[in-house]
Amino acid sequence: MSSVRDHVLDQYNSRVYKNRKEHVITIGDKQPDEVTANTRTIPGIITQRGCCYAGCKGVVLGPIKDALIIVHGPIGCSYYAWGTRRHKAESDVKDGEEAKSYLEYCFSTDMQESDIVFGGEKKLKKAITEAVDIFNPPAIFICSTCPVGLIGDDIHAVARWAEEEYGIKCIGFSCEGYKGVSQSAGHHIANNQLIRYIIGTGDKKPKKKFSVNILGEYNIGGDGWEVERLLRRCGIDVVSVFTGGSSVRDIKNAHHADLNLVQCHRSINYVADMMYEKYGIDWIKVNFIGSESCKKSLAEIGEYFGDEELKTRIQEVITDEMLNNADEMQYLKSKLKGKTAALYVGGSRSHHYQTLLKDFGISTVLAGYEFAHRDDYEGREVLPDIKPDADSKNIESITVEPDKKYYRVYLTDEQKAALAEKGVKLNYYEGMFKEMDEGSIICDDLNHFETEEFISILKPDVFFSGIKDKFIAQKSGTLSRQLHSYDYSGPYAGFQGAVNFGKDILMGLSTPAWGLVRAPWKKVPSLSATLGGEE
Amino acid sequence: MLDFTTNEIKERSALRVNPAKTCQPVGAMYAALGVHKCLPHSHGSQGCCAFHRMFLTRHFKDPAMASSSSFTEGASVFGGGSNLKIASKNIFDIYKPDMIAVHTTCLSETIGDDLNALITDIEIPEGKYMVHCNTPSYNGSHITGFSNMVSGFINYLSVKTDVKTDKVCIFPGFVNPGDMREYKRLLTKMKVPFTMLPDTSGVMDSPMTGKFEMYPKGGTQIEDIKKLGECKKSITLGKFASEPSGEVLKRKCGVEPINLPLPMGVNATDKFLMTLQELSKEEIPADVEEERGQLVDIMIDIHPYTYGKKVAIYGDPDTVLGIAAFALELGMIPKYMITGTPGKDFERLANELLNSYAMTDCTVKVEGDLFELHQWMKNEPVDIMIGGTHGKAIARAEDVPLVRMGFPIIDRYIHSYQPLVGYKGAIRMAELITNAIMDYQDKHCDEKDLEMVM
Repeated sequence: MSSVRDHVLDQYNSRVYKNRKEHVITIGDKQPDEVTANTRTIPGIITQRGCCYAGCKGVVLGPIKDALIIVHGPIGCSYYAWGTRRHKAESDVKDGEEAKSYLEYCFSTDMQESDIVFGGEKKLKKAITEAVDIFNPPAIFICSTCPVGLIGDDIHAVARWAEEEYGIKCIGFSCEGYKGVSQSAGHHIANNQLIRYIIGTGDKKPKKKFSVNILGEYNIGGDGWEVERLLRRCGIDVVSVFTGGSSVRDIKNAHHADLNLVQCHRSINYVADMMYEKYGIDWIKVNFIGSESCKKSLAEIGEYFGDEELKTRIQEVITDEMLNNADEMQYLKSKLKGKTAALYVGGSRSHHYQTLLKDFGISTVLAGYEFAHRDDYEGREVLPDIKPDADSKNIESITVEPDKKYYRVYLTDEQKAALAEKGVKLNYYEGMFKEMDEGSIICDDLNHFETEEFISILKPDVFFSGIKDKFIAQKSGTLSRQLHSYDYSGPYAGFQGAVNFGKDILMGLSTPAWGLVRAPWKKVPSLSATLGGEE
Repeated sequence: MLDFTTNEIKERSALRVNPAKTCQPVGAMYAALGVHKCLPHSHGSQGCCAFHRMFLTRHFKDPAMASSSSFTEGASVFGGGSNLKIASKNIFDIYKPDMIAVHTTCLSETIGDDLNALITDIEIPEGKYMVHCNTPSYNGSHITGFSNMVSGFINYLSVKTDVKTDKVCIFPGFVNPGDMREYKRLLTKMKVPFTMLPDTSGVMDSPMTGKFEMYPKGGTQIEDIKKLGECKKSITLGKFASEPSGEVLKRKCGVEPINLPLPMGVNATDKFLMTLQELSKEEIPADVEEERGQLVDIMIDIHPYTYGKKVAIYGDPDTVLGIAAFALELGMIPKYMITGTPGKDFERLANELLNSYAMTDCTVKVEGDLFELHQWMKNEPVDIMIGGTHGKAIARAEDVPLVRMGFPIIDRYIHSYQPLVGYKGAIRMAELITNAIMDYQDKHCDEKDLEMVM
């Protein structure tokens, strides 16, 4: 398989080759496997990456339904993030407290040239005044776009002013698009402000004996709702979700939960770490994508709490859920077994979905992340080896102290050691590599050229990616499904989600139109003619 | 749905809510995709390029290829010159376009990158081109950006010459490939030789062949853009998206423009065809006249369903004006006309149109947004809405049928393959509008009133 990698990379000029060779590896070529990640994309290379703003507003903050998010900048940034990511949410009431949803709305200061020249703070203040007057939100978030940082508008001062003036929560997020090298910087900036200003400000304690937060679950296609349903069925209270379908109302109470479950490691690991430092809350890496991994994750949660009754309940739920769809799973597996897949998604899904694909007997020949760091590939044990560079140094990294009021320890050191023996690792993520087969190709920040090349050489049956490259794959005859937005389907999480996913893949592969691509006249020899002028 | 929208209208001067426009660069990217073997390039941070590609792909359900200068914080401080230089080398090396069409972003505009100077400094391979236009996002809208990119091609490539041919330069406006195909069909029928700039047909509606083409067959040829100075006239279709480029071609090459609205509906299509007739001195072919006759026949047939119906139209200025013109021909009342794109001519043209049908009590607004439109509808409802996807929540909240026309439509398929322009396009508009009204009636009328024949 190395030759596949070399064949693709050898077509580059020397400068691009030198850069890309560290990002593209074959599993098993080195011991241990090592990849370069979270570094700049070379200008001109057609990357699928987005910007810091997209990671902050689009990914982490966007789903928080009861925060009115004003995007401070020209109109486009807010416009493109309006309903374009399928993080579902609905207004609801919890313990008598309502969280209304502002997600159907798109707010912007729509900066004009004069605002760029003379500064936009005045307009931002006016926009907040108008937002309070018309929408009366409990919280306003301000997200900066590129020009705001350049002209020096102080959105944090404006946020402080708004808090005093209107008695609401108002938080600034300096997530200018040029910061960092991808969406990843934006996740970090969002995480910092959540821990600074929201988590720890609520006083509602969980009602049940066992409670968790789900971190890095954005409720795409209703995934979060499905996971919440499963956990509640097991008797576990979900205090808050970061951040799919969630709210400031819920997130402010997150510090009262007993355990954090981390789904998307990349986008939310900062909150998980900081909550561990500040409140003593342990986190475990879960994966609710795929039947087998869902089963494993639920069992580990049971082990963490160590309660026999809970463990029994969890086993009952697992058995029941799996029994419910056993026939469908078996049928789908019989149809999908032996197929191959390539995955190129954000920061964790390329790993999560491999386990679901394995449920169906589909193997992964190529996987890559758009904005991951090395730990997402290689596991958190490499964290000490990651050297900060000029780009990562620019992103604020905050340290937190144990909270005087709320810091508590749920498990003793002995209990933790006992858990480790059972294979439950706390505050650790093993990364994507360890579960991958030797010979599979890893491609960090997969670009357009490499996409075309790898698809044509590896010929996967399905290419899982995003909207920008979906039709590139499909034009070349390869089924492509969007794993950012699930092609308007879902949920894919949980046991029933696995069935939904399998059905969608089978549907994609079975669509009759694939058999019509070549016109019949292209399949037969061209015009029949006779030789030698015979009639 | 949209529970915070009430009928109480409070003045806003700073907060934009649910916009009816987006920013310049996406328009520039779309325009550049309509030139053959041209790769649009976004000079800014890579999020802009990602958003624009995402958005165009969602509208057309076809790949939108473009590259980025991938600014980081350093480039934002020291300028993006070196990023553009590296980008240009890599793009020509790896993606092999004939031309790179650079557009700026609010980032590169705010730091003051001088693209003229930067491009002069770049070594461009023999026979290849690199052009640019300025598209600051804090000015105008995607319509402005589209027109700026078209003008950019002319500024860089078109040559003033004494040679004159029979060719006519067509500026199509911000329309779909389906519309561009319809223009070309009519131009061919009218025997008018032409160059259309841009031409996204064959690019953003490319066929399934089993092979991905980074540069599909469609798009205006670079050689034809160079020769635009030889055209005897240009026809600009749409005041906002096309007229500025017609002016640039006139200034640069002395080609006189004929300014027309988008040929939507009967009158505007008549005008378009008669303009072509004047240029080619050819009779309007019988089959085209037949299409016109069919259209008018249809309009008379369907009038019980369209006459007097109040319609809210929102979207891009030229498209809104075109739809309104046809709505008026159908006897409908364009109760609300709204565009997010700035340009004071919009209100003037809309009011002229309304006055010509003696319509009073209609509201027209430039630089408006959908939040405001919704509030108007709460105060005085309409029977139907026409516009892009972003009105769907309003349509649901108010239980009003929505007909999708214009840009962007990111929640439906096939629309970009079909025209709205010409008689054929008007027949399609008539069908979409009547079906929406009749489906609504079928779904909402009392059971005893459900009609088998309508």
